[in-house]
Amino acid sequence: MLKVENLSTSYKTIDGDVQVLQNLNFEIFENEIFGIAGESGCGKTTLLKVLYDIIEFPLQIEQGRVVLSGEKNGKSFSYESGRIRDAWWKNISYVPQAAQSVLNPITRLKSQFLDSIPEEDRKNETDEETLERVSNYLEELSLSPDLLEAFPFQLSGGMRQRVIIALATFMAPNVVLADEPTTALDVVVQRGILMMLMRLQQELKNTLVVVSHDMGVHYQITKRMGIMYSGSFAELGRTDEIFEDPIHPYTQMLIGALPRVGDSRQRVGIPGRPPALTNPPPGCRFAPRCPHAVKRCTEEVPEFREVRPGRFAACHFAGEGELDDTKAVGS
Amino acid sequence: MTQKLLEVKNVTKIFRIGGLIRGKKLVAVDDVSLEIEQDKPVILSIVGESGCGKSTLCKMLLRIHKPEMGDIVLSGSSYADKKNYDPTRFRLDVQPIFQNPYEAFSARKRVDSYLYNTALRLGIAKSRKEADKRIDEVLQSVGMSLAVVKGKYPTQFSGGELQRISIARALITRPKLIIADEPVSAVDASLKMNIVNLFKELKDKYNVSFIYVTHDLSTAYYVSDYMATLYRGSLIEYGPAKEIMDNPAHPYTELLVNAVPRVGEKWNQELVMPDMEEKEYAITYCKFAPRCPYATDICRQTRPDMREFGSRKVLCYHPLVSTEEEAV
Repeated sequence: MLKVENLSTSYKTIDGDVQVLQNLNFEIFENEIFGIAGESGCGKTTLLKVLYDIIEFPLQIEQGRVVLSGEKNGKSFSYESGRIRDAWWKNISYVPQAAQSVLNPITRLKSQFLDSIPEEDRKNETDEETLERVSNYLEELSLSPDLLEAFPFQLSGGMRQRVIIALATFMAPNVVLADEPTTALDVVVQRGILMMLMRLQQELKNTLVVVSHDMGVHYQITKRMGIMYSGSFAELGRTDEIFEDPIHPYTQMLIGALPRVGDSRQRVGIPGRPPALTNPPPGCRFAPRCPHAVKRCTEEVPEFREVRPGRFAACHFAGEGELDDTKAVGS
Repeated sequence: MTQKLLEVKNVTKIFRIGGLIRGKKLVAVDDVSLEIEQDKPVILSIVGESGCGKSTLCKMLLRIHKPEMGDIVLSGSSYADKKNYDPTRFRLDVQPIFQNPYEAFSARKRVDSYLYNTALRLGIAKSRKEADKRIDEVLQSVGMSLAVVKGKYPTQFSGGELQRISIARALITRPKLIIADEPVSAVDASLKMNIVNLFKELKDKYNVSFIYVTHDLSTAYYVSDYMATLYRGSLIEYGPAKEIMDNPAHPYTELLVNAVPRVGEKWNQELVMPDMEEKEYAITYCKFAPRCPYATDICRQTRPDMREFGSRKVLCYHPLVSTEEEAV
């Protein structure tokens, strides 16, 4: 569905280029929920922007490409970086971060819906006919069609978020990218929105890419996930397997540090802090914080390799069983 | 009778929305009573969804807002008693930690200037040299040092480090109570635990109580001794944190605890989705009744009173714990 090949991007700054994504190689399949986790500043949002092809100064692609391909209504399609824009709304749509502030607060929702539905989809329909379809769709999502007459400022944050998701999925795109869809919301509303996303994905059988820093969210909804650290993936694989048996030391410590309701045993955070991307350490970028780091880690960049079928990790020692002692922290 | 560190007595805060004539009233905090004991430091977490009055309650404790009704008593001195109010004493006793460390520190000022201001202006240190000693000590206790912090600007620190510095700043005055409003929501997952562990550590070291306001129930479970759940301005459940989270008595607390995206336990059942409505603040019966799966006729007629069950208090007609525990 989405294929990323040798992707490297950087931001141009006065102090020189800052490399944000390095040599990413991975695939996202059809009919799955794929999660991207990581701390702030690790490149999650940059990756989504590249997937959605919003490459604007100072962001630039240094090498590699993203290929979006698949089939819709019996017609197959294939778009590459630079052309993905042509597939917007129809084949791929994007729910940006802070989606609550995306809507124009002083325009009624119905005209915002009309504006975003492309001409070719409307096929000479009148505005009323299109709105009829929109309100039917809202009803399917158990939202009230009266919302179309409302102004965004009249709605709560959770309601606005649901309207944005409805807008993004109205054309039944093959891929939906959601950047931190529930970050600013309460747990109860968050759960409702995540349930809505899951239900939509099950109905449309499409691909949903969810970016979140909350590991609990990934555990609940995603099928496969990738954990990013400082501009590249540390580990990627099936979500349940990652939680059960993390391979990369960063993932191990991250999962070990998760507080859980019903368990108040002492937990430790990861010491140190993520490296500045302007001046990254040579070798493995996690090495300065890694308890297992040896000399090789500080010199040689680990390869992102398939440790087990469908399970990738970027660590020199992944899959060698040497790091298993830290697992006790997570279990 | 032991003296209480903090007593919040039936506090109500009303905001007016809109104009003077056509405006509406919004009861942001409605008849809330809380207590913190003096003899043993505790971490009390206040949880609830956005708009439930958590921050308003904090601001009243910090004397930023004045309650419309009720009173707050801090180690024996009432907020309403204006004659004996000593602002310096108050600032020495109560210190805040704010949500976003990047906003708490001005980007154009050096971080240490905040620390020196707190130390010198409140009369804790007589000279700069004395201040140096005190500041270094508190910075050490949060895992940093004056040598690292001195002369640097906020942009040179990560969010987690800045949050530690603001905790250190709050500790300079040796407060009795620290009010932390969402202190970890802007901090990364891997650093969050370091901050939360710090609260546990400092509680005993400096004998200081914390009010930890959050919507992150998993860290609340991890650190807190007591927990208060707010819903639409009302305190609906209060008691020992572990007891409440393991076995919630109020249907709303149950909903909240079940909605946490946990690791190791998948969601199964569907959920009654809440829709925030302004008018829910003005409901005269149980505020949670419109969303409550257990609501009966009585819930839709009058508002329940606070009832005590063993060590906790619940504002509900049909609490989910067995009524045999009810205190006589």
